[in-house]
Amino acid sequence: MTPQEIHARLTERFGDAIGPWTEPERGDPHIAVAPGSLHAVCAFLRDDPELKFDYLQLISGVDWTDRLSSVYHLMSLSHGHGVVLRVDLERGNPRVASVADLWPTADWHEREAWDLLGIVYEGHPGLRRILLPEDWEGHPLRKDYAAPAAYHGVTNA
Amino acid sequence: MSANPPASPPRTAEQMLREAITDPRELTRYLSYLDRIKSEGMGTSVMVAPLEAAINWARANSLWPLTFGLACCAIEMMAVGASRFDLDRFGAGAFRPTPRQADLMIVAGTVTHKMAPRVMRLYEQIPEPKFVMAMGACTIGGGPYVKHGYHVVKGIDRIVPVDIYVPGCPPRPEALLDALFKLQARIGSDRPLAARWSKRAENELTGSARP
Ligand code: SF4
Repeated sequence: MTPQEIHARLTERFGDAIGPWTEPERGDPHIAVAPGSLHAVCAFLRDDPELKFDYLQLISGVDWTDRLSSVYHLMSLSHGHGVVLRVDLERGNPRVASVADLWPTADWHEREAWDLLGIVYEGHPGLRRILLPEDWEGHPLRKDYAAPAAYHGVTNA
Repeated sequence: MSANPPASPPRTAEQMLREAITDPRELTRYLSYLDRIKSEGMGTSVMVAPLEAAINWARANSLWPLTFGLACCAIEMMAVGASRFDLDRFGAGAFRPTPRQADLMIVAGTVTHKMAPRVMRLYEQIPEPKFVMAMGACTIGGGPYVKHGYHVVKGIDRIVPVDIYVPGCPPRPEALLDALFKLQARIGSDRPLAARWSKRAENELTGSARP
């Protein structure tokens, strides 16, 4: 199936929760999904026999300065087709359902997006920092992040 | 093809003693040992040297580095350890997997704030005498991460004492070898016993207990 056909299938089933087919100037063509429906959309993509998205390639996070995005690259190894989903989140309170129960790959990828961008994945089995030390403050890939002057007495200046 | 320069004749024990010992009274004493050895017919099989020089010679030519690579620089360090550059030729090829058996820490790569406590602990676990080589721009001052690297320690001399810096990103294997030679030369000028002995003499003079 082409991504456009997949988009049509999703719109037919989820209606308003699915945004228009987007082809940005730079980056991958993708489908915007309302945060509240993300988990249901993903479960449908994985379990529908014609779609059968059995492989989550990656989850990434983006800081657009006015909002955050969580981006999902999905692929079906059985059908050989792929699709990209994007959910836009409020910068002040970025929350979206975890998909770690659908694809175990999501576990570490969501922890990374939490660690570096502060996106909260609700229902994640253990949303802890994965790269930075446990007691690090802030989320460094946010555009307004300022590096600490010192960490455990080792200065940064 | 040019001919090899003529090899300089080996130095005699007497010449070596005259170079190494500056105090005339000490020199007379050592030369008298040498005379005695010669008169007893052991002239070529016994070496006379100041103990410190012998200790330094042994230390400088038997450095055991800690197997410890943190980033891209470690690839060059591995090259230095392998057959093409062969660190073992210079007595520093016995890479140890535990700090307790090592005396040279080549910090090769980016030290993050998360890694810093581990680097400090490894340094502390190395028995004295120990030497630290900061290999590459990252360990010297943060390297490419100096401006935006919120996570990088801006120079490992902020966390452990450093004996020698090897600039480069990464330094070429030759640069690491050169640093090794410089470190060996520096070890050669160490006075491993002097500090302890002068402390003891001082204590004896002032009547305090032995260290
Ligand atoms: S100095 Fe350059 S080569 Fe060495 S660890 Fe840093 S970035 Fe890598």
